Amino acid sequence: MGARWPAGSRAVSDDAPGAPVLTAHRAGLVGCRSCGRVWPDGQETCNRCGADLVPPDRRGLQKVWAWWFAGLIMYVPANLFPMMRTQTFAGLQGNTEATILQGVVELIHYGNYDIAIIVFVASIIVPIAKFLSIAWLAVVAGQPATVDQAHTRLKIYEVVEFIGRWSMIDVFVVAILSALVQLGFVASIHPGPAAVSFALSVAFTMLSAQSFDPRLIWRGLPLRSRTDDKGQE
Amino acid sequence: MDAQDTFDLTTGRGLMACPRCDAMHVEAELNSGETLRCIRCGGVLAKPRGGAFSQLIALAFTSMVLMMGAIFFPFLEISRMGIGNATSLFGVAMAFADGVLLPLVLAVMAMIVGLPVLRSFLLVYTLTPLAQGRAPYRHAATAFRWSEELRPWSMAEIFVIGTAVALVKVAGLATVHLGPAFWAFCALILVNLASRGFMCQTTIWDAIEDGSLPTDGREMAGGVARGE
Repeated sequence: MGARWPAGSRAVSDDAPGAPVLTAHRAGLVGCRSCGRVWPDGQETCNRCGADLVPPDRRGLQKVWAWWFAGLIMYVPANLFPMMRTQTFAGLQGNTEATILQGVVELIHYGNYDIAIIVFVASIIVPIAKFLSIAWLAVVAGQPATVDQAHTRLKIYEVVEFIGRWSMIDVFVVAILSALVQLGFVASIHPGPAAVSFALSVAFTMLSAQSFDPRLIWRGLPLRSRTDDKGQE
Repeated sequence: MDAQDTFDLTTGRGLMACPRCDAMHVEAELNSGETLRCIRCGGVLAKPRGGAFSQLIALAFTSMVLMMGAIFFPFLEISRMGIGNATSLFGVAMAFADGVLLPLVLAVMAMIVGLPVLRSFLLVYTLTPLAQGRAPYRHAATAFRWSEELRPWSMAEIFVIGTAVALVKVAGLATVHLGPAFWAFCALILVNLASRGFMCQTTIWDAIEDGSLPTDGREMAGGVARGE
């Protein structure tokens, strides 16, 4: 070949339209998920980057589910226990404990709607949407799909992977507030047990999303379904 | 076939598989500024940029310097009724230091300071010889792989948004002043964004593999899915 492909090029001169895409798996090879190098099937580590080579296989989903359940279990105390404890005037004026949801309600109460929305989205909507998306992806992975469905699933996977870390906002907020608001008698803020379980829940779901192999999305595809898929024979 | 000697379907030499959908592509040379997308899923496979290695090294150094400032200068200061408190980044992490929350200190510290610094260091280690067209240092592949694997866990930009939320929450309780460390952190995010624009993993992997060949700005991977 040796040709230089122009930017964003999909089409290649000598290939007939509608031909199947050759995947590494189908060719009896295994592709490295870390650096993209292709090795013969059965090789266990990539000689270029040293990463473990894993064929696209539904068995990998066990790891996804394991982290998923771990994350879900930690998500329960994260919502039931207080995120932080605020003490004003040595507890005389108030000694409040707020869970995640109460924190949001408090922000709304003081009229900080924009910040309330950020916290609500980052700590409640995103984690729940993440649990649902990962579970759905893991259930449908490897099942037959059309190309459009596969593209939708890949998009969802990319969004989940991108957005997962942003749930850590609440943990950082608690950390900053507890470090900052140490005014002795006047006011002080201490972190609650939910901070730890929430951080763990976010970490576990991140690991769950990372364990998911997006190549599984494409495994169930019929081979000749897209006109601009190029290949030979 | 003209490409018969450039790749090998039994050993995988000269081929590249899309990490997102497994479609195979034949490696080919790309010009600087071109972007190669996977023919199947459309994900970016390579986007070599001329002089990217030197830029990445410079940006990694910048982020290390900014991180030093961010650690040692005061981050936020508050005061109310004559009682004030200033905190640095260490102070933020140490907020969890009592009792069972201790592991969280280490995690928070790692995510906002440790990993960004470590990643910058690993990147400089990997790219310095490559930018000069020399053979990579020992374990450069491992260093770069770790740098990439740790990417989602370095959360400096999330921390800054967290600061904004914290400022609003504390505004009713006391007066807040932003310290130099806060601005260093904001600059750090811009540096990271710039660094991401220059980053092309495929180019770096090829440069590591090709050893001393000067591949900066050029790209060895690219091409097309093919049948036999």
